Amino acid sequence: MFVQLSHTSFAMVGIFQRSLRLRTSLRQLSFHKSTSPTDILSSLVLRGRLFPICSPFVFFSFRRTLHNSNDGPKSLSDTPPPRRPFCRVTQEDLTFFRTLLPGRAITDPDLLESSNVDWLKSVKGSSEVLLRPQTTEEVSQILRYCNSRNLAVNPQGGNTGLVGGSVPVHDEIVLSTALMNNILRFDDVSGILTCQSGCILENLSLYLEERGHIMPLDLGAKGSCQIGGNVATNAGGLRLLLYGSLHGTVLGLEVVLANGQVLDCLSTLRKDNTGYDLKQLFIGSEGTLGVITAVSILCPQKPKSVNVVFLGCETFEQLLKTFQLSRSMLGEILSAFEFLDSECLNLLRTHLKLHNPISDCPFYIVIETQGSDSNHDEEKLHNFLEEAMQSSLVVDGTVATEEAKIKALWSMRERITEALTHDGFTYKYDISLPVERIYQLVTDMRQHLGERAKSVVGYGHVGDGNLHLNITSPAKNPALLAAIEPFVYEWTAKFQGSISAEHGLGLKKRNYIYYRSS
Amino acid sequence: MSGRVLVGVKRVIDYAVKIRVKPDHSGVVTDGVKHSMNPFCEIAVEEAVKLKEKKLMKEVVVVSCGPQQSQETIRTALAMGADRGIHVEVSGKDYETLGPLQVSKILAALAKKEDAQLIILGKQAIDDDCNQTGQMTAALLDWPQGTFASEVSLEKDGIKVVREIDGGLETIKISTPAVLTADLRLNTPRYATLPNIMKAKKKKIANVKPADLGVDLTSRLEVLRVDEPPQRQAGMKVETVDDLVSKLKDAGKV
Repeated sequence: MFVQLSHTSFAMVGIFQRSLRLRTSLRQLSFHKSTSPTDILSSLVLRGRLFPICSPFVFFSFRRTLHNSNDGPKSLSDTPPPRRPFCRVTQEDLTFFRTLLPGRAITDPDLLESSNVDWLKSVKGSSEVLLRPQTTEEVSQILRYCNSRNLAVNPQGGNTGLVGGSVPVHDEIVLSTALMNNILRFDDVSGILTCQSGCILENLSLYLEERGHIMPLDLGAKGSCQIGGNVATNAGGLRLLLYGSLHGTVLGLEVVLANGQVLDCLSTLRKDNTGYDLKQLFIGSEGTLGVITAVSILCPQKPKSVNVVFLGCETFEQLLKTFQLSRSMLGEILSAFEFLDSECLNLLRTHLKLHNPISDCPFYIVIETQGSDSNHDEEKLHNFLEEAMQSSLVVDGTVATEEAKIKALWSMRERITEALTHDGFTYKYDISLPVERIYQLVTDMRQHLGERAKSVVGYGHVGDGNLHLNITSPAKNPALLAAIEPFVYEWTAKFQGSISAEHGLGLKKRNYIYYRSS
Repeated sequence: MSGRVLVGVKRVIDYAVKIRVKPDHSGVVTDGVKHSMNPFCEIAVEEAVKLKEKKLMKEVVVVSCGPQQSQETIRTALAMGADRGIHVEVSGKDYETLGPLQVSKILAALAKKEDAQLIILGKQAIDDDCNQTGQMTAALLDWPQGTFASEVSLEKDGIKVVREIDGGLETIKISTPAVLTADLRLNTPRYATLPNIMKAKKKKIANVKPADLGVDLTSRLEVLRVDEPPQRQAGMKVETVDDLVSKLKDAGKV
């Protein structure tokens, strides 16, 4: 089986090249011949961490030669790569799938529509088969069969990705984890949750809330996104500031490799230094190394006290100073620090009829605190707010302690993506930059584009140094795209930023990895 | 005309919280549960503050009856723009049996004491859903009442109130002084902004006891038992129409 992933082959190479421990084994592999990552893995892993390898298989096709940063991009981000010589699905294949998954092998084009198009409705594949396994064993059998028949497979979770990585490029078989939604175990002493990869994030949150815990990550797509997809894309989200990234909170994974082999790293141990930590390779691998079928994740206690503050600032410098102040005065209870600009608020007002809770300002901040004692937190919060007001860092603001008002204030930040889809065709950029440079990119982009763009907005996880730069136009506009790219990538590279902080590479950013790694 | 508005606010369990019945079925669990201002009371406060901003009323006085924590609810109203607060201390057994009859007696007494022109209340509280306090207060004071108000306008010869009723909307004109109760669509309560929250810390909250107002708090009601509503049974999915018919026959519905 070939996984149609040459667009992320750079990602693979990039990751491997930067890791010291893999450099020696890579010198022995030739990049002009097909290389199996299982070979790589097997040469590195100690006994007991991997099942014995049956036979090496061809996993990647490194047809494209390596880029170096002196060449320009070979094509723009929305041009799909050509179809690799995988086999096409035959009637025999369909019979096999239908026998293996009765009623869960779908070929009806109407039902396939939603799996072929991404959430932004910006890319469309032409898959003819959607498979919905319920167990790891079924996933293993599917992949083993597809491997032997040389059929391409596209793993799909909640299909909420923003870089076109969750839908097929051509006619790959879509392997959906939607029916793998069982929670396997929850240990409420240590807070460790083990579940199948198709569990929807919001459902996991509701399950945990009843047991006094919460998920360590939270994002706007929580109603549809699945935990397997979150892990595969190393999703960041709104709580990263306090709980850290999935690289820290995921304790174990069960992954089915391309040849059907099940890799059981589903540990629930907090600490385990026996050999290479393989699961780290899969976190953020965007479905290129295997299909994640189960996840064990460390969940924090549900905070007894949650407060959300919505503040307005005159300048970005004051916003950054407010961030410093919040870090020093709120300290360990600070769980989120997000920002949005006045353009975002205009979009929310125009398209979603959401009103500004405070007076109009150039910049807005959403701060969330989480803690175990409401008196302690409220006192810290009031002291912080008083200081921020008195030193004029903040010109206006409001506080919410009730759930309904908290949701209302968070929606000012969480629903910007939705408002943008109503504004026109959106060009999305997810950039990591040194914190003081974040807004400069937005102002430079506005100047650079002038009248050519409808709206240019900036918002994001300023606490994590992550900007979401979005540009809209009434319709898809290649001339506008040419003006935006590579300007935005060159600007980012100039300040040693990352061209994809948390959204991943997928289809749209596969050509730009060299702006980040050689 | 003193131009004073009296607004009653009630501290209730936050509407987003999942309610749990006490094991002895005597009531619901309130300890450690998040409380906030009754949503209809918020709308009442907003309307009063709006009247003051339009210079139709001079002062907004906010009242709450309950234990120490009711002061937080009064502070929230002060942060929304009320001028001063009155906390009528009722705690312990008296608080458990406090209902519309007792509260309306307290409000009537306060209205006379403060020489209020207008009393605005929420139409009902989300914990007991009584929808009685406004009406009883008006009766005790022998004042006209505009209940379920979705629109209020002060005119020279009285108050025009548009009421939400079963058949649609009813417009009435009542003379002042009067009692109004706020319905959902009267307005959208404002967020308390930081400068106002800071200012509210300095506003006065007076402490009053029901006995000082000559009000007797004995209740005529006794709660016998509190139960959760029956659990909803899960539905069943059927594959064919024949299946559906046979299942209905089995259940005796057909």
